[in-house]
Amino acid sequence: MRILIKGGRIIDPVENKDKTLDVLIENGKISALEKKLAADGAVTVDASGLLVAPGLIDMHVHLREPGYEAKETIETGLKAAVRGGFTGVACMPNTNPVADNQTVIKYIIDRASALGLARVWPIGALTRGSRGEQLTEMADLKNAGAAALSDDGRPVAGSGIMRRAMQYARMVGLTVISHCEDPELAAGGSMNEGFISTRLGLKGIPGAAEEVMVARDIILSELTGCPLHIAHVSTRGSVRLVREAKARGLKVTAEATPHHFTLTDAAVEGYNTSTKVNPPLRGEADVAAIKEGLADGTIDVIATDHAPHTMEEKDVEYDSAPFGLVGLETAVGLVWRELVRPGILTPAEAVAKMTVNPARLLGIEKDTLRPGAVADITIIDPSLEETVDPLSFASKGRNTPFAGWKLKGLPVLTMVGGKIVYSHAGIKIL
Amino acid sequence: MSSELAQKAKIMDQEGIRRAVTRIAHEIIERNKGTDNLALIGIRRRGVPLALRLAGKIKDIEGKEVPVGILDITLYRDDLATRAQHPLVRKTEVPFSVDGKKIVLVDDVMFTGRTIRAALDAVIDLGRPKIIQLAVLVDRGHRELPIRADYVGKNVPTSRREAVSVRLLETDNGEEVVIEEKET
Amino acid sequence: MGLKNKDLLGIEHFSPEEILLVLDTAASMKEIIGRQIKKVPTLRGKTVVNVFYEPSTRTRTSFELAAKYLSADSINISASGSSVVKGESLRDTSATIAALGADVVVLRHPMAGAPVLVAGQVKAAVINAGDGAHEHPTQALLDMYTVRDKKGALEGLKIAIVGDILHSRVARSDIWGFTRMGARVRVCGPSTMLPPGLENMGVEVFHRMEEALSGADVIIMLRIQLERQQQGLFPSVREYARLFGLNSEKLALAKPGALVMHPGPINRGVEIATEVAYGVQAVINEQVTNGLAVRMALLYLLAGGVAQ
Repeated sequence: MRILIKGGRIIDPVENKDKTLDVLIENGKISALEKKLAADGAVTVDASGLLVAPGLIDMHVHLREPGYEAKETIETGLKAAVRGGFTGVACMPNTNPVADNQTVIKYIIDRASALGLARVWPIGALTRGSRGEQLTEMADLKNAGAAALSDDGRPVAGSGIMRRAMQYARMVGLTVISHCEDPELAAGGSMNEGFISTRLGLKGIPGAAEEVMVARDIILSELTGCPLHIAHVSTRGSVRLVREAKARGLKVTAEATPHHFTLTDAAVEGYNTSTKVNPPLRGEADVAAIKEGLADGTIDVIATDHAPHTMEEKDVEYDSAPFGLVGLETAVGLVWRELVRPGILTPAEAVAKMTVNPARLLGIEKDTLRPGAVADITIIDPSLEETVDPLSFASKGRNTPFAGWKLKGLPVLTMVGGKIVYSHAGIKIL
Repeated sequence: MSSELAQKAKIMDQEGIRRAVTRIAHEIIERNKGTDNLALIGIRRRGVPLALRLAGKIKDIEGKEVPVGILDITLYRDDLATRAQHPLVRKTEVPFSVDGKKIVLVDDVMFTGRTIRAALDAVIDLGRPKIIQLAVLVDRGHRELPIRADYVGKNVPTSRREAVSVRLLETDNGEEVVIEEKET
Repeated sequence: MGLKNKDLLGIEHFSPEEILLVLDTAASMKEIIGRQIKKVPTLRGKTVVNVFYEPSTRTRTSFELAAKYLSADSINISASGSSVVKGESLRDTSATIAALGADVVVLRHPMAGAPVLVAGQVKAAVINAGDGAHEHPTQALLDMYTVRDKKGALEGLKIAIVGDILHSRVARSDIWGFTRMGARVRVCGPSTMLPPGLENMGVEVFHRMEEALSGADVIIMLRIQLERQQQGLFPSVREYARLFGLNSEKLALAKPGALVMHPGPINRGVEIATEVAYGVQAVINEQVTNGLAVRMALLYLLAGGVAQ
């Protein structure tokens, strides 16, 4: 099957390309990238006025399967991914059982490839059962296909075990992704500690709960030489610590989520449990610092921390609700709203933080539109505006704080391996 | 509810009101054979100044102080369940025991009788008077309950479309009783 | 003139006019409490449901009595005697209460924001009887009533609130209420029990009780939960009582005739010395009576619904 994408603005950060070209896809690969291509009998996608980018990658999602299929399955999660413009996702190991062995890793990979939607790169657990006590068989995990290691959701409290995990991960050649949270400082908290938590009477989680662990893990990365990726940076202090680490040449990278660069803790007012997320929504200075960190390159990656929960779990008192919100289907719209349209990032910079940057961290090469490359492509319409309707989500999760928001700049076509896995009703395909 | 009111007729002026109060004071003394055990209770709002005026007249006539209480009947209204919002409650101030007393309830206008029904309940909640009598400045008819006044300043036949307004110097600008037409 | 919202969830969003309306109505209600026959027929046919997810003798009995004095039917649902212990969610419990036809729901819950969840679920008026560390609006209203009753007005008074502000819903509601009515509020407590951003609520923050009490017209002492010591929030009851307990020497620093208040129940000898708790300046028992009047006022004002 041949597909011709005509008249789109090609954004390829790897090739440093930003111009209007036609793309021809044959046999699952990009075969030509030129002006005014003609291809008899090819399916033609009219991309005039649209951005054509390498397939977006979300390196931080929770697919919940195996174990929590009521929240999400690999199938619904990947449908949400392609609807959100993502051709691939890396999924966190806090499933049940925990992805701390090759059986679970293989299960996820097999399940995902049978579906033929987005690609999946599982992240293996750093410690057994993510209990922070014993190392996992990291070499086995890597052989089975784990793209990185993390105890996301159950951060490693002990510095000793974290050090050994990083030493071992370095030997195996996998990046450690750290959800930085000091369990004692964060204990019992539901939201950011500050004036709003005082007013609402909710127990706060101070920014320091994240920052002390960011500092510790940077120091351990320096000690062990292990590449460290800081997940979902939420505070100004964390941005500063990462910036300093990078300036010293350490192998430290960081990601930020759309909700952390869009919302502040003021959103918690009214006790909407869809705003309950970990790390919590922070203050205005923190949001500004994250945007600055994205702009100056301190923060390398935009990832969603897509964390679906059931209605029953979220429809409770704020303190009783689980942490997490769904992000796959609102990410691109929020990136355009908060970063691209205000000029904080160029489209190419934004695309880089959702393609080549996470790809390099995970050791993936599907991140460019170069002829010969696998045809993982995302088309974005920068002027398409829609209202966020959780009921229309492909994800099982409806827990979004953005319900009713109008987002402009949305994915309209997602192609994985030359196959169109999602297309918006408005895009012209002949 | 905010229909405009157009004045139709003045039925009492300041003099008329004064004379009516004086006459009622005499009638109260006569009916009760003096002021022993007598107490007046004015119903908020305009029953209160009327009760105080009556007490003053009685003192002028008999030389005896008659205690005066203030009754707020809001909490006893029978239309609370049907109202979108509960009306303002003011204080009931009856600084004497009503037990065994001869109580004269005082109000400005008597209409359906529902206010008086509420006032009777309110007084009885305060204790057990020997007798309760009722004095009104104007009785405009249209009773919905089997209640009648013992002392009436003036009987005024009205239609239901009309409103009777009492204005007293203590509570309003001016001193008069007028009939007004509700323009719907 | 009435209350703007169907529910009373907190003082934070209450206007001075609404506070005055409640206090004035409460003054009328207090007359009823003084009668021999403490009952008016006002809320006949109305149903008040008291839902208590936390043990509370004072507040629950106060609401119960308030409903009875106004002739409403009242029922109590407590966490230990209901399907709550069988794992029913708050949302499902509120749906059940709504189906029962309650006109007013009085809710006490250990988690902040729970009344907001219920209020969005039921047509009945929801009165927050204390939610976590968020608000306890009826306590603040009865405190304001008591102070106004004793001092004539609230404007310009210096109010000192002393103790565990961090966990105190009473403190938060009092701060909103008194500052809104023009009083000047000072809070004082150990640094481990003062939440961040208090200054943004319009109060002055102190760590030394002597400074906080100097020239105060009203002293509101908060109950210290003794288990906070195990949580590492203060070193010992002994030191707490020495630094933040109210005794007659510290009381002497306040204005002569300053009121001593406490939401109860009291840890006598800890946050308040016996001689002060039973002293002439204490109005702790009056607070209880006034609480009844304030709750009658609120039931009356909210059971009728809200004008559109």
